[in-house]
Amino acid sequence: MQKEAAIREPLILGHKTYHDVTEDVCRPIEDKAPKMWYILFGIALIIGLYGVGCILYLLGTGVGVWGLNKTIGWAWDITNFVWWIGIGHAGTLISAVLLLFRQKWRMAINRSAEAMTIFAVFMAGLFPLIHMGRIWVGYWVLPIPNQFGSLWVNFNSPLLWDVFAISTYLSVSVVFWYIGLMPDFATIRDRAKKPISKKMYSILSFGWSGRAKHWNRFEMVSLVLAGLATPLVFSVHSIVSFDFATSVIPGWHTTIFPPYFVAGAVFSGFAMVQTLLLIMRKAMSLEAYIHTKHIEYMNIVIMVTGSIVGTAYITELFISWYCGVEYEAYAFMNRATGPYWWAYFAMMTCNVVSPQLMWIRRLRRSLLFTFFISIVVNIGMWFERYVIIMTSLHRDYLPSSWSMHYPSPIDIGVYIGTIGLFFAFFLLFARFFPVLALNEIKSILKGSGQSYKESPDYHKNH
Amino acid sequence: MADKVIYVMYDDDGVLKDGAKKLVSKGVKVADTFSPFPIHGIDPIIGVKNTRLGIMAFIYGLGGLTLATIGMRYFMIVDWPMNIGGKPNFSYLDNILAFVPISFEFTVLCAAHGMAITYLLRNKTLPGMPAQNPDPRTTDDKFVMEIRTSDNSMEEKELEKLIKETGYIEIDKKNI
Repeated sequence: MQKEAAIREPLILGHKTYHDVTEDVCRPIEDKAPKMWYILFGIALIIGLYGVGCILYLLGTGVGVWGLNKTIGWAWDITNFVWWIGIGHAGTLISAVLLLFRQKWRMAINRSAEAMTIFAVFMAGLFPLIHMGRIWVGYWVLPIPNQFGSLWVNFNSPLLWDVFAISTYLSVSVVFWYIGLMPDFATIRDRAKKPISKKMYSILSFGWSGRAKHWNRFEMVSLVLAGLATPLVFSVHSIVSFDFATSVIPGWHTTIFPPYFVAGAVFSGFAMVQTLLLIMRKAMSLEAYIHTKHIEYMNIVIMVTGSIVGTAYITELFISWYCGVEYEAYAFMNRATGPYWWAYFAMMTCNVVSPQLMWIRRLRRSLLFTFFISIVVNIGMWFERYVIIMTSLHRDYLPSSWSMHYPSPIDIGVYIGTIGLFFAFFLLFARFFPVLALNEIKSILKGSGQSYKESPDYHKNH
Repeated sequence: MADKVIYVMYDDDGVLKDGAKKLVSKGVKVADTFSPFPIHGIDPIIGVKNTRLGIMAFIYGLGGLTLATIGMRYFMIVDWPMNIGGKPNFSYLDNILAFVPISFEFTVLCAAHGMAITYLLRNKTLPGMPAQNPDPRTTDDKFVMEIRTSDNSMEEKELEKLIKETGYIEIDKKNI
């Protein structure tokens, strides 16, 4: 049992026993799904399938169905890619970085945040693949011997770094998530009454035992994977930012990009976690485990990373003038006052102003306000990528090539479709998987549970 | 000689730990414990050695780094040196900065997956394996201690007397 200051707010409210924790988490999986679940899943699936239809049309017809032109060769696709990959940064940050820092509040949210990460990275990975046009030759990004002579992929290119970074990130996140899931699947397996679900969870749990030696290995694997995943999280979005920063396009060619992108990714990822968890805790009655204190902690992360992002915006603006490069200066003038000023304005309001409201304790502990801000931040972070990509591309060195980008219905359809698919995946996860890390919650129950903290023994022992 | 396994069930991790400490001090060998979450501090009491998976992860990582270096050197320097703006391309060291990201990613990839696969194999936890825990309640809120008669020189009766003092809630015996 770990020691914890008695004045710290308990992380698990109410008088829960180990068995209550199991009951609370397993009940939604074992009971019949509520009607609302079917409605939401149906809506998400229809939107997702519409997106799949748009993707199939795109693949059948060609990338020309997007609103791209000679000047703007990347638009919504790369915006959506960076947006999704950014959202996919919270999960591993919560489960890996916060594990290394021994933050116990992460245990209530890490499972679902990591599921969200995995689904978001799925959605992100889709965009570069469909942007290839000929998705069936997607394997050409791998360095495999080929019939074209000694033609290898270019290891100097940040685009190839991205291939390695994202596939590593996705697969390592899945492994990290699954290893934590095995003991919890075993809990459901041992409770299951129906033969089909017993069989299913038995396969999923890999025959987990709970032996002392297995737990010893489990903890070592969790720790080492967290240690590996921590630099991985930072590297992935740094490499995504290299896609832009290593180019010579004004507005992209800056050294500030890696840290600024990573902060932005954590910022948007936590916002998405808030959006999902605020609904989930209510729908699955997990208020005792994910309560105001958890929301407050996450809001503080949002506030800090939002401030880093805001500082980066202003630094960028200052440097564009201070560097004395006229193209650079123009790119930023054009961002703020050009034809895309409204996107810049949306980005600034949503990302710089809104997180500052979290300095007020009453606001950051208000669930309704948090939900509102989380949506605002998600919108703002989409606009951030849109601004960076669009305003830099649409007017660069050659004024005769200046252009504008108007999204086609397929652009919009693919984007909305990925949101639908993402929610469909998440709803499936919430229905069939243990949404809280049961074994981890139980291990902190005695240290951070309300009933234990309030008992006279607790104070005597600490 | 017929071996007998005694499963002693507790409803609290602290009670099990104290019980194990008491039994071990009396010279009883506790074979294993089964619990719904890691009981911190039980390993040295019942003599479970710390895992060496961390060392394996390091070795897998080194393997990944080596493989990435050999691969990229062959692709980019030996087999088809790319002429990018006339920049030097005739030695790995000249270009090493461009190879840092993939070297890192590949190291992590190999270390993480190598470790995870070793973990699953060593645990014998693979898809479709039967459940290894003696009682389904050990994944919920019960804690079980496994004691084998063949591990202990003392008589079964004596053993049971010692176990009785540890405050268990259930006891189960099985011949194997």
